[in-house]
Amino acid sequence: MSFAEVKITKEPLMVILPILSIVAFFGIWQSLLSFGVVPSSLLASPLQVLKLFIAKWTQVNPDGALLTTHMWTSIQEAFTGYILALLVGIPLGLAMGWFPIVEGLARPIFELIRPIPPIAWIPLTIFWFGIGIPGKVFIIWIAGIVPCVINSYVGVKMTNPVLIQMARTYGASNWQIFIKICIPSALPMVFGALQIALAYCWTNLVGAELLAADNGLGFMITMGRRLAMPDMVLLGMAMVGLTGAVIGVIIDAVEKRLLAGIRR
Amino acid sequence: MEDGNKTMAENGNTHAKISCKNVSKTFIQKGTQQVHVLDGISLDVAENEFVVILGPGQCGKSTLLRIMAGLETASTGSVIINDKEVDGPGQDRGLVFQSYMLFAWKTVMGNVEMGPKLRGVGKEERRKVAQHYIDMVGLQGFENKYPHQLSGGMKQRAGIARAYANQPQVMLLDEPFGQLDAQTRIYMEQETVRIWEQEKRTVIFVTNNIDEALFLGDRIICMEGKLPGRIREVYDVNLPRPRKFTDLDFLKLRHEITEASELTL
Repeated sequence: MSFAEVKITKEPLMVILPILSIVAFFGIWQSLLSFGVVPSSLLASPLQVLKLFIAKWTQVNPDGALLTTHMWTSIQEAFTGYILALLVGIPLGLAMGWFPIVEGLARPIFELIRPIPPIAWIPLTIFWFGIGIPGKVFIIWIAGIVPCVINSYVGVKMTNPVLIQMARTYGASNWQIFIKICIPSALPMVFGALQIALAYCWTNLVGAELLAADNGLGFMITMGRRLAMPDMVLLGMAMVGLTGAVIGVIIDAVEKRLLAGIRR
Repeated sequence: MEDGNKTMAENGNTHAKISCKNVSKTFIQKGTQQVHVLDGISLDVAENEFVVILGPGQCGKSTLLRIMAGLETASTGSVIINDKEVDGPGQDRGLVFQSYMLFAWKTVMGNVEMGPKLRGVGKEERRKVAQHYIDMVGLQGFENKYPHQLSGGMKQRAGIARAYANQPQVMLLDEPFGQLDAQTRIYMEQETVRIWEQEKRTVIFVTNNIDEALFLGDRIICMEGKLPGRIREVYDVNLPRPRKFTDLDFLKLRHEITEASELTL
Protein backbone atom coordinates (compact mmCIF):
# COMPACT_ATOMS: atom_id res chain seq x y z
CA MET A 1 0.00 0.00 0.00
CA SER A 2 1.30 3.40 -0.79
CA PHE A 3 -0.05 6.80 -0.18
CA ALA A 4 0.66 9.87 -2.20
CA GLU A 5 2.76 12.19 -0.13
CA VAL A 6 0.67 15.05 1.07
CA LYS A 7 2.60 18.24 1.20
CA ILE A 8 1.54 20.32 4.13
CA THR A 9 1.58 23.93 3.07
CA LYS A 10 0.99 26.70 5.50
CA GLU A 11 -2.04 28.69 4.66
CA PRO A 12 -0.74 31.72 2.77
CA LEU A 13 -2.52 33.99 5.18
CA MET A 14 -0.51 32.58 8.07
CA VAL A 15 2.68 33.53 6.26
CA ILE A 16 1.57 36.99 5.23
CA LEU A 17 0.04 38.06 8.53
CA PRO A 18 3.14 37.67 10.71
CA ILE A 19 5.29 39.51 8.17
CA LEU A 20 2.70 42.23 7.93
CA SER A 21 2.55 42.56 11.68
CA ILE A 22 6.32 42.87 12.07
CA VAL A 23 6.63 45.38 9.24
CA ALA A 24 3.76 47.42 10.62
CA PHE A 25 5.21 47.35 14.13
CA PHE A 26 8.57 48.72 13.08
CA GLY A 27 7.05 51.01 10.45
CA ILE A 28 4.72 52.70 12.92
CA TRP A 29 7.42 52.88 15.56
CA GLN A 30 9.82 54.51 13.08
CA SER A 31 7.28 56.96 11.73
CA LEU A 32 6.16 58.03 15.20
CA LEU A 33 9.66 59.39 15.71
CA SER A 34 10.39 60.49 12.13
CA PHE A 35 7.29 62.66 12.09
CA GLY A 36 7.89 63.92 15.61
CA VAL A 37 4.73 62.47 17.12
CA VAL A 38 6.78 61.14 20.03
CA PRO A 39 9.67 63.32 21.24
CA SER A 40 13.08 61.69 20.91
CA SER A 41 13.67 62.12 24.65
CA LEU A 42 11.04 59.45 25.32
CA LEU A 43 11.82 56.87 22.66
CA ALA A 44 14.44 56.12 20.03
CA SER A 45 13.59 54.94 16.54
CA PRO A 46 14.54 51.47 15.30
CA LEU A 47 17.07 53.01 12.94
CA GLN A 48 18.72 54.89 15.80
CA VAL A 49 18.98 51.68 17.79
CA LEU A 50 20.49 49.93 14.78
CA LYS A 51 23.01 52.77 14.37
CA LEU A 52 24.03 52.54 18.00
CA PHE A 53 24.26 48.76 17.72
CA ILE A 54 26.80 49.11 14.91
CA ALA A 55 28.71 51.86 16.69
CA LYS A 56 28.95 49.95 19.96
CA TRP A 57 31.04 47.19 18.37
CA THR A 58 33.99 49.56 18.24
CA GLN A 59 33.06 52.43 20.53
CA VAL A 60 33.60 52.20 24.28
CA ASN A 61 31.84 55.43 25.25
CA PRO A 62 29.59 56.72 26.65
CA ASP A 63 28.84 53.78 28.93
CA GLY A 64 32.42 52.62 29.42
CA ALA A 65 32.51 49.30 27.60
CA LEU A 66 31.99 47.70 24.21
CA LEU A 67 28.70 45.92 23.52
CA THR A 68 30.58 42.62 23.36
CA THR A 69 32.12 43.28 26.78
CA HIS A 70 28.69 43.85 28.29
CA MET A 71 27.38 40.71 26.69
CA TRP A 72 30.36 38.66 27.73
CA THR A 73 30.05 39.82 31.35
CA SER A 74 26.38 38.94 31.43
CA ILE A 75 26.87 35.55 29.83
CA GLN A 76 29.74 34.75 32.18
CA GLU A 77 27.71 35.67 35.24
CA ALA A 78 24.63 33.87 34.03
CA PHE A 79 26.45 30.67 33.15
CA THR A 80 28.53 30.49 36.29
CA GLY A 81 25.43 30.91 38.46
CA TYR A 82 23.43 28.58 36.24
CA ILE A 83 26.00 25.79 36.29
CA LEU A 84 26.41 26.09 40.06
CA ALA A 85 22.62 25.95 40.43
CA LEU A 86 22.49 22.76 38.36
CA LEU A 87 25.39 21.19 40.24
CA VAL A 88 23.78 21.78 43.62
CA GLY A 89 20.06 21.82 42.77
CA ILE A 90 19.73 18.66 40.69
CA PRO A 91 21.53 16.27 43.07
CA LEU A 92 19.73 17.87 46.01
CA GLY A 93 16.32 17.53 44.35
CA LEU A 94 16.99 13.93 43.30
CA ALA A 95 18.13 12.99 46.79
CA MET A 96 15.13 14.75 48.33
CA GLY A 97 12.87 12.68 46.10
CA TRP A 98 14.30 9.35 47.23
CA PHE A 99 15.85 9.62 50.69
CA PRO A 100 13.36 10.53 53.42
CA ILE A 101 16.16 11.90 55.61
CA VAL A 102 17.24 14.37 52.95
CA GLU A 103 13.64 15.30 52.26
CA GLY A 104 12.91 15.82 55.92
CA LEU A 105 15.96 17.99 56.49
CA ALA A 106 16.17 19.98 53.28
CA ARG A 107 12.57 20.53 52.34
CA PRO A 108 11.54 22.92 55.16
CA ILE A 109 14.53 25.17 54.50
CA PHE A 110 13.94 25.04 50.79
CA GLU A 111 10.27 25.96 51.24
CA LEU A 112 11.32 28.83 53.49
CA ILE A 113 13.71 30.32 50.96
CA ARG A 114 11.77 29.50 47.81
CA PRO A 115 9.14 32.29 47.96
CA ILE A 116 11.75 35.05 48.41
CA PRO A 117 12.34 36.65 44.99
CA PRO A 118 16.02 36.36 44.09
CA ILE A 119 16.22 40.13 43.54
CA ALA A 120 15.46 40.63 47.25
CA TRP A 121 18.88 39.18 48.01
CA ILE A 122 20.66 42.03 46.21
CA PRO A 123 21.26 44.30 49.20
CA LEU A 124 22.80 41.41 51.13
CA THR A 125 24.98 40.41 48.20
CA ILE A 126 26.24 43.97 47.97
CA PHE A 127 27.30 43.73 51.64
CA TRP A 128 28.98 40.42 51.00
CA PHE A 129 30.47 40.70 47.54
CA GLY A 130 30.27 44.34 46.44
CA ILE A 131 28.94 45.05 42.95
CA GLY A 132 31.29 42.73 41.03
CA ILE A 133 30.60 39.42 39.36
CA PRO A 134 30.38 37.14 42.47
CA GLY A 135 27.30 38.95 43.82
CA LYS A 136 25.43 38.44 40.57
CA VAL A 137 26.51 34.82 40.41
CA PHE A 138 24.99 34.34 43.85
CA ILE A 139 21.66 35.91 42.81
CA ILE A 140 21.55 33.74 39.71
CA TRP A 141 22.42 30.67 41.72
CA ILE A 142 19.49 31.36 44.04
CA ALA A 143 17.21 31.92 41.03
CA GLY A 144 18.32 28.80 39.17
CA ILE A 145 18.38 26.37 42.04
CA VAL A 146 14.63 26.53 42.70
CA PRO A 147 13.39 24.93 39.46
CA CYS A 148 16.30 22.47 39.54
CA VAL A 149 15.35 21.18 42.96
CA ILE A 150 11.61 21.09 42.29
CA ASN A 151 11.81 19.32 38.94
CA SER A 152 14.36 16.74 40.05
CA TYR A 153 12.37 16.08 43.20
CA VAL A 154 9.10 15.64 41.32
CA GLY A 155 10.84 13.56 38.66
CA VAL A 156 12.02 11.02 41.22
CA LYS A 157 8.65 11.04 43.00
CA MET A 158 6.95 10.27 39.69
CA THR A 159 8.99 7.12 39.07
CA ASN A 160 6.61 4.28 38.33
CA PRO A 161 6.33 2.32 41.59
CA VAL A 162 6.09 -0.96 39.67
CA LEU A 163 9.54 -0.35 38.19
CA ILE A 164 10.89 0.12 41.69
CA GLN A 165 9.16 -3.05 42.88
CA MET A 166 10.51 -4.90 39.90
CA ALA A 167 14.03 -3.80 40.72
CA ARG A 168 13.46 -4.99 44.29
CA THR A 169 12.58 -8.43 42.99
CA TYR A 170 15.95 -8.37 41.24
CA GLY A 171 17.53 -7.86 44.63
CA ALA A 172 18.53 -4.26 43.94
CA SER A 173 19.65 -2.21 46.91
CA ASN A 174 18.05 1.11 47.80
CA TRP A 175 21.02 2.95 46.34
CA GLN A 176 20.97 0.90 43.14
CA ILE A 177 17.29 1.64 42.66
CA PHE A 178 17.98 5.34 43.11
CA ILE A 179 20.84 5.35 40.60
CA LYS A 180 19.52 2.89 38.04
CA ILE A 181 15.76 3.42 38.15
CA CYS A 182 14.79 6.72 39.75
CA ILE A 183 17.39 8.97 38.14
CA PRO A 184 16.84 7.72 34.58
CA SER A 185 13.07 8.03 35.06
CA ALA A 186 13.49 11.57 36.34
CA LEU A 187 15.70 12.65 33.43
CA PRO A 188 12.99 14.19 31.25
CA MET A 189 11.87 16.32 34.20
CA VAL A 190 15.47 17.26 34.95
CA PHE A 191 15.95 18.37 31.37
CA GLY A 192 12.82 20.46 31.70
CA ALA A 193 14.52 22.14 34.64
CA LEU A 194 17.50 23.07 32.47
CA GLN A 195 15.26 25.27 30.32
CA ILE A 196 13.22 26.74 33.13
CA ALA A 197 16.28 27.47 35.27
CA LEU A 198 18.01 29.17 32.39
CA ALA A 199 15.07 31.47 31.76
CA TYR A 200 14.96 32.27 35.49
CA CYS A 201 18.67 32.91 35.63
CA TRP A 202 18.69 35.20 32.65
CA THR A 203 15.76 37.36 33.84
CA ASN A 204 17.16 37.67 37.32
CA LEU A 205 20.61 38.46 36.01
CA VAL A 206 19.33 41.49 34.18
CA GLY A 207 17.39 42.51 37.26
CA ALA A 208 20.51 42.21 39.36
CA GLU A 209 22.60 44.19 36.90
CA LEU A 210 20.04 46.95 36.76
CA LEU A 211 20.48 47.47 40.47
CA ALA A 212 24.10 46.72 41.19
CA ALA A 213 26.74 46.44 38.50
CA ASP A 214 29.56 48.17 36.72
CA ASN A 215 29.29 46.10 33.58
CA GLY A 216 26.86 43.87 31.71
CA LEU A 217 23.73 44.28 29.62
CA GLY A 218 21.54 45.27 32.57
CA PHE A 219 24.10 47.89 33.49
CA MET A 220 24.04 49.16 29.92
CA ILE A 221 20.29 49.69 30.21
CA THR A 222 20.74 51.58 33.47
CA MET A 223 23.44 53.73 31.90
CA GLY A 224 21.12 54.49 29.01
CA ARG A 225 18.61 55.83 31.50
CA ARG A 226 21.21 57.86 33.42
CA LEU A 227 22.56 59.37 30.21
CA ALA A 228 19.03 59.99 28.90
CA MET A 229 19.74 57.84 25.82
CA PRO A 230 16.59 55.90 24.94
CA ASP A 231 18.45 54.21 22.08
CA MET A 232 20.91 52.68 24.51
CA VAL A 233 18.10 51.45 26.76
CA LEU A 234 16.38 49.85 23.78
CA LEU A 235 19.61 48.35 22.46
CA GLY A 236 20.27 46.81 25.88
CA MET A 237 16.74 45.40 25.98
CA ALA A 238 17.05 43.98 22.48
CA MET A 239 20.37 42.33 23.26
CA VAL A 240 19.01 40.78 26.46
CA GLY A 241 16.14 39.28 24.50
CA LEU A 242 18.30 38.14 21.62
CA THR A 243 21.02 36.53 23.76
CA GLY A 244 18.41 34.81 25.92
CA ALA A 245 16.67 33.41 22.87
CA VAL A 246 19.92 32.14 21.35
CA ILE A 247 20.95 30.43 24.60
CA GLY A 248 17.47 28.87 24.85
CA VAL A 249 17.77 27.43 21.35
CA ILE A 250 21.19 25.98 22.15
CA ILE A 251 19.99 24.33 25.38
CA ASP A 252 16.98 22.97 23.52
CA ALA A 253 19.24 21.39 20.89
CA VAL A 254 21.50 19.87 23.54
CA GLU A 255 18.48 18.48 25.39
CA LYS A 256 17.07 16.92 22.22
CA ARG A 257 20.37 15.25 21.46
CA LEU A 258 20.87 13.89 24.97
CA LEU A 259 17.30 12.67 25.24
CA ALA A 260 17.25 10.95 21.86
CA GLY A 261 16.34 7.35 22.41
CA ILE A 262 15.13 7.98 25.93
CA ARG A 263 11.88 9.64 25.00
CA ARG A 264 9.05 7.25 24.30
CA MET B 1 6.27 -31.61 24.11
CA GLU B 2 7.30 -34.66 26.12
CA ASP B 3 4.78 -34.71 28.88
CA GLY B 4 1.66 -32.70 28.42
CA ASN B 5 0.24 -32.48 31.87
CA LYS B 6 2.25 -32.53 34.98
CA THR B 7 0.07 -32.58 38.00
CA MET B 8 1.38 -32.98 41.44
CA ALA B 9 0.52 -36.68 41.58
CA GLU B 10 2.08 -37.55 38.22
CA ASN B 11 5.30 -35.83 39.22
CA GLY B 12 5.44 -38.08 42.23
CA ASN B 13 5.98 -34.83 44.07
CA THR B 14 3.86 -34.27 47.12
CA HIS B 15 6.01 -31.41 48.25
CA ALA B 16 4.55 -28.11 47.14
CA LYS B 17 6.73 -25.47 45.52
CA ILE B 18 4.28 -22.72 46.38
CA SER B 19 1.89 -23.01 49.24
CA CYS B 20 -0.72 -20.40 50.13
CA LYS B 21 -2.18 -21.00 53.53
CA ASN B 22 -5.47 -19.30 54.32
CA VAL B 23 -4.41 -16.02 52.71
CA SER B 24 -6.71 -13.04 53.26
CA LYS B 25 -6.22 -9.44 52.37
CA THR B 26 -8.10 -6.40 53.56
CA PHE B 27 -7.34 -2.96 52.21
CA ILE B 28 -8.24 0.10 54.16
CA GLN B 29 -9.68 2.79 51.97
CA LYS B 30 -9.87 6.45 52.92
CA GLY B 31 -8.94 5.86 56.51
CA THR B 32 -11.74 3.66 57.75
CA GLN B 33 -13.53 1.86 54.94
CA GLN B 34 -12.40 -1.75 54.73
CA VAL B 35 -12.33 -3.68 51.47
CA HIS B 36 -11.99 -7.45 51.72
CA VAL B 37 -10.11 -8.41 48.59
CA LEU B 38 -9.10 -11.98 49.41
CA ASP B 39 -10.71 -14.40 51.82
CA GLY B 40 -9.13 -17.63 52.96
CA ILE B 41 -7.19 -18.64 49.86
CA SER B 42 -5.39 -21.96 50.25
CA LEU B 43 -3.50 -23.33 47.30
CA ASP B 44 -0.62 -25.70 46.67
CA VAL B 45 1.38 -25.59 43.47
CA ALA B 46 3.81 -28.32 42.50
CA GLU B 47 7.24 -27.74 41.02
CA ASN B 48 7.11 -26.96 37.29
CA GLU B 49 3.35 -26.86 37.34
CA PHE B 50 1.57 -24.31 35.14
CA VAL B 51 -1.27 -22.91 37.20
CA VAL B 52 -3.71 -20.37 35.81
CA ILE B 53 -5.75 -18.17 38.09
CA LEU B 54 -8.91 -17.30 36.18
CA GLY B 55 -11.43 -14.66 37.12
CA PRO B 56 -13.01 -11.44 35.94
CA GLY B 57 -11.66 -8.00 36.76
CA GLN B 58 -11.77 -7.00 40.41
CA CYS B 59 -11.84 -10.53 41.82
CA GLY B 60 -8.63 -10.27 43.79
CA LYS B 61 -6.55 -12.46 41.49
CA SER B 62 -3.88 -9.84 40.86
CA THR B 63 -3.68 -9.12 44.57
CA LEU B 64 -3.04 -12.81 45.23
CA LEU B 65 -0.23 -12.73 42.68
CA ARG B 66 1.23 -9.59 44.21
CA ILE B 67 1.19 -11.25 47.63
CA MET B 68 3.09 -14.20 46.17
CA ALA B 69 5.51 -11.73 44.60
CA GLY B 70 6.01 -10.07 47.96
CA LEU B 71 4.78 -6.72 46.70
CA GLU B 72 1.82 -6.84 49.11
CA THR B 73 1.59 -8.50 52.48
CA ALA B 74 -1.25 -10.82 53.40
CA SER B 75 -3.50 -9.56 56.19
CA THR B 76 -3.78 -13.08 57.53
CA GLY B 77 -2.26 -16.37 56.45
CA SER B 78 1.02 -16.85 54.67
CA VAL B 79 2.63 -17.78 51.38
CA ILE B 80 5.46 -20.28 51.44
CA ILE B 81 7.70 -20.61 48.42
CA ASN B 82 10.58 -23.09 48.50
CA ASP B 83 9.93 -23.77 52.19
CA LYS B 84 10.47 -20.11 52.96
CA GLU B 85 7.77 -17.70 54.00
CA VAL B 86 7.48 -14.77 51.59
CA ASP B 87 8.36 -11.49 53.22
CA GLY B 88 9.17 -9.21 50.32
CA PRO B 89 10.21 -9.45 46.69
CA GLY B 90 13.02 -11.80 45.83
CA GLN B 91 15.12 -13.07 43.00
CA ASP B 92 13.49 -16.52 43.15
CA ARG B 93 10.35 -15.05 41.59
CA GLY B 94 10.19 -13.45 38.13
CA LEU B 95 7.46 -10.96 37.36
CA VAL B 96 5.76 -10.09 34.09
CA PHE B 97 3.13 -7.36 34.04
CA GLN B 98 0.34 -6.46 31.67
CA SER B 99 1.75 -3.00 31.11
CA TYR B 100 5.18 -4.39 30.09
CA MET B 101 7.04 -2.15 32.53
CA LEU B 102 10.22 -2.10 30.53
CA PHE B 103 12.91 0.39 31.41
CA ALA B 104 12.27 2.96 28.68
CA TRP B 105 15.84 4.26 28.76
CA LYS B 106 17.38 0.83 28.21
CA THR B 107 17.65 -1.28 25.08
CA VAL B 108 16.22 -4.79 24.94
CA MET B 109 19.63 -6.10 25.96
CA GLY B 110 19.86 -3.54 28.76
CA ASN B 111 16.46 -4.55 30.04
CA VAL B 112 17.10 -8.27 29.93
CA GLU B 113 20.49 -8.06 31.61
CA MET B 114 19.22 -5.71 34.32
CA GLY B 115 18.53 -8.43 36.89
CA PRO B 116 21.93 -10.14 36.66
CA LYS B 117 23.60 -6.72 36.52
CA LEU B 118 21.97 -5.63 39.75
CA ARG B 119 23.13 -8.86 41.35
CA GLY B 120 26.68 -8.07 40.30
CA VAL B 121 27.09 -10.69 37.58
CA GLY B 122 30.05 -9.83 35.33
CA LYS B 123 29.43 -8.29 31.93
CA GLU B 124 30.45 -11.23 29.78
CA GLU B 125 28.49 -13.74 31.83
CA ARG B 126 25.30 -11.70 32.00
CA ARG B 127 25.45 -10.87 28.28
CA LYS B 128 25.57 -14.59 27.58
CA VAL B 129 22.59 -15.27 29.82
CA ALA B 130 20.64 -12.33 28.41
CA GLN B 131 21.39 -13.36 24.83
CA HIS B 132 20.19 -16.89 25.57
CA TYR B 133 16.81 -15.64 26.75
CA ILE B 134 16.53 -13.03 24.01
CA ASP B 135 17.01 -15.86 21.52
CA MET B 136 14.54 -18.01 23.44
CA VAL B 137 11.76 -15.44 23.12
CA GLY B 138 12.65 -14.82 19.48
CA LEU B 139 13.95 -11.26 19.80
CA GLN B 140 17.34 -11.87 18.21
CA GLY B 141 18.23 -8.89 16.03
CA PHE B 142 16.38 -6.49 18.32
CA GLU B 143 18.94 -6.42 21.13
CA ASN B 144 19.77 -2.77 20.56
CA LYS B 145 16.24 -1.47 20.08
CA TYR B 146 14.56 0.66 22.70
CA PRO B 147 11.11 -0.30 24.03
CA HIS B 148 9.35 2.48 22.11
CA GLN B 149 10.66 0.94 18.90
CA LEU B 150 8.97 -2.41 19.62
CA SER B 151 5.42 -3.63 19.08
CA GLY B 152 3.31 -4.71 22.04
CA GLY B 153 4.02 -8.39 21.52
CA MET B 154 7.74 -7.74 21.25
CA LYS B 155 7.70 -5.65 24.40
CA GLN B 156 6.12 -8.50 26.28
CA ARG B 157 8.67 -10.92 24.85
CA ALA B 158 11.37 -8.65 26.22
CA GLY B 159 9.53 -8.61 29.56
CA ILE B 160 9.44 -12.40 29.64
CA ALA B 161 13.11 -12.67 28.68
CA ARG B 162 13.97 -10.19 31.41
CA ALA B 163 12.11 -12.21 34.01
CA TYR B 164 13.82 -15.43 32.88
CA ALA B 165 17.28 -13.87 32.79
CA ASN B 166 17.12 -13.43 36.51
CA GLN B 167 16.94 -17.24 36.82
CA PRO B 168 13.83 -17.33 38.98
CA GLN B 169 12.33 -20.63 40.07
CA VAL B 170 8.81 -19.28 39.90
CA MET B 171 7.33 -17.12 37.15
CA LEU B 172 4.46 -14.86 38.10
CA LEU B 173 2.56 -13.38 35.16
CA ASP B 174 -0.21 -10.84 35.65
CA GLU B 175 -2.44 -10.73 32.56
CA PRO B 176 0.66 -10.41 30.40
CA PHE B 177 -1.19 -10.47 27.08
CA GLY B 178 -4.12 -8.28 28.08
CA GLN B 179 -3.01 -5.39 25.90
CA LEU B 180 -2.32 -7.41 22.78
CA ASP B 181 -4.60 -7.85 19.79
CA ALA B 182 -6.31 -11.24 19.43
CA GLN B 183 -3.92 -12.64 16.79
CA THR B 184 -0.77 -11.66 18.63
CA ARG B 185 -2.29 -12.91 21.84
CA ILE B 186 -2.85 -16.44 20.55
CA TYR B 187 0.62 -16.46 19.07
CA MET B 188 2.13 -15.36 22.38
CA GLU B 189 0.17 -18.09 24.17
CA GLN B 190 1.71 -20.68 21.87
CA GLU B 191 5.11 -19.14 22.52
CA THR B 192 4.49 -19.27 26.27
CA VAL B 193 3.88 -23.02 26.10
CA ARG B 194 6.94 -23.51 23.90
CA ILE B 195 9.14 -21.52 26.29
CA TRP B 196 7.73 -23.27 29.33
CA GLU B 197 8.38 -26.67 27.79
CA GLN B 198 11.89 -25.59 26.89
CA GLU B 199 12.79 -24.16 30.28
CA LYS B 200 10.49 -25.59 32.88
CA ARG B 201 9.50 -23.28 35.69
CA THR B 202 6.69 -23.20 38.15
CA VAL B 203 4.27 -20.73 36.61
CA ILE B 204 1.40 -18.75 38.08
CA PHE B 205 -0.48 -17.06 35.28
CA VAL B 206 -3.31 -14.65 36.04
CA THR B 207 -5.90 -14.03 33.33
CA ASN B 208 -9.53 -13.15 32.72
CA ASN B 209 -9.62 -15.07 29.45
CA ILE B 210 -11.03 -18.59 29.61
CA ASP B 211 -9.50 -19.74 26.31
CA GLU B 212 -6.11 -18.53 27.42
CA ALA B 213 -6.53 -20.38 30.72
CA LEU B 214 -7.48 -23.64 28.98
CA PHE B 215 -4.74 -23.35 26.43
CA LEU B 216 -2.00 -22.80 28.99
CA GLY B 217 -2.85 -24.32 32.33
CA ASP B 218 -2.17 -27.69 33.91
CA ARG B 219 -4.68 -26.52 36.43
CA ILE B 220 -7.17 -23.67 36.45
CA ILE B 221 -8.06 -21.95 39.68
CA CYS B 222 -11.40 -20.30 39.03
CA MET B 223 -12.17 -17.35 41.30
CA GLU B 224 -15.52 -16.04 42.49
CA GLY B 225 -16.84 -13.23 40.35
CA LYS B 226 -16.96 -10.67 43.12
CA LEU B 227 -15.11 -9.53 46.21
CA PRO B 228 -14.00 -10.85 48.57
CA GLY B 229 -11.92 -13.08 46.31
CA ARG B 230 -12.42 -16.76 47.00
CA ILE B 231 -11.58 -19.88 45.04
CA ARG B 232 -14.79 -21.13 43.46
CA GLU B 233 -13.53 -24.25 41.75
CA VAL B 234 -10.31 -25.93 40.65
CA TYR B 235 -10.10 -27.71 37.30
CA ASP B 236 -7.42 -30.14 36.20
CA VAL B 237 -6.82 -29.70 32.51
CA ASN B 238 -5.87 -33.16 31.29
CA LEU B 239 -5.62 -32.22 27.66
CA PRO B 240 -2.57 -33.19 25.64
CA ARG B 241 -0.31 -30.42 24.36
CA PRO B 242 -0.17 -28.76 21.95
CA ARG B 243 -3.80 -27.90 22.55
CA LYS B 244 -6.23 -26.61 20.02
CA PHE B 245 -8.97 -24.11 20.73
CA THR B 246 -11.41 -26.12 18.65
CA ASP B 247 -10.79 -29.62 20.06
CA LEU B 248 -13.93 -31.24 21.39
CA ASP B 249 -12.43 -31.92 24.82
CA PHE B 250 -11.20 -28.37 24.98
CA LEU B 251 -14.67 -27.06 24.22
CA LYS B 252 -16.30 -29.46 26.66
CA LEU B 253 -14.17 -28.22 29.51
CA ARG B 254 -14.71 -24.65 28.38
CA HIS B 255 -18.46 -25.30 28.50
CA GLU B 256 -18.20 -26.84 31.95
CA ILE B 257 -16.27 -23.89 33.38
CA THR B 258 -18.57 -21.36 31.76
CA GLU B 259 -21.69 -23.10 33.06
CA ALA B 260 -20.32 -23.35 36.58
CA SER B 261 -19.58 -19.66 36.80
CA GLU B 262 -22.35 -17.18 36.22
CA LEU B 263 -19.80 -15.11 34.38
CA THR B 264 -19.51 -14.65 30.70
CA LEU B 265 -15.81 -15.16 30.52
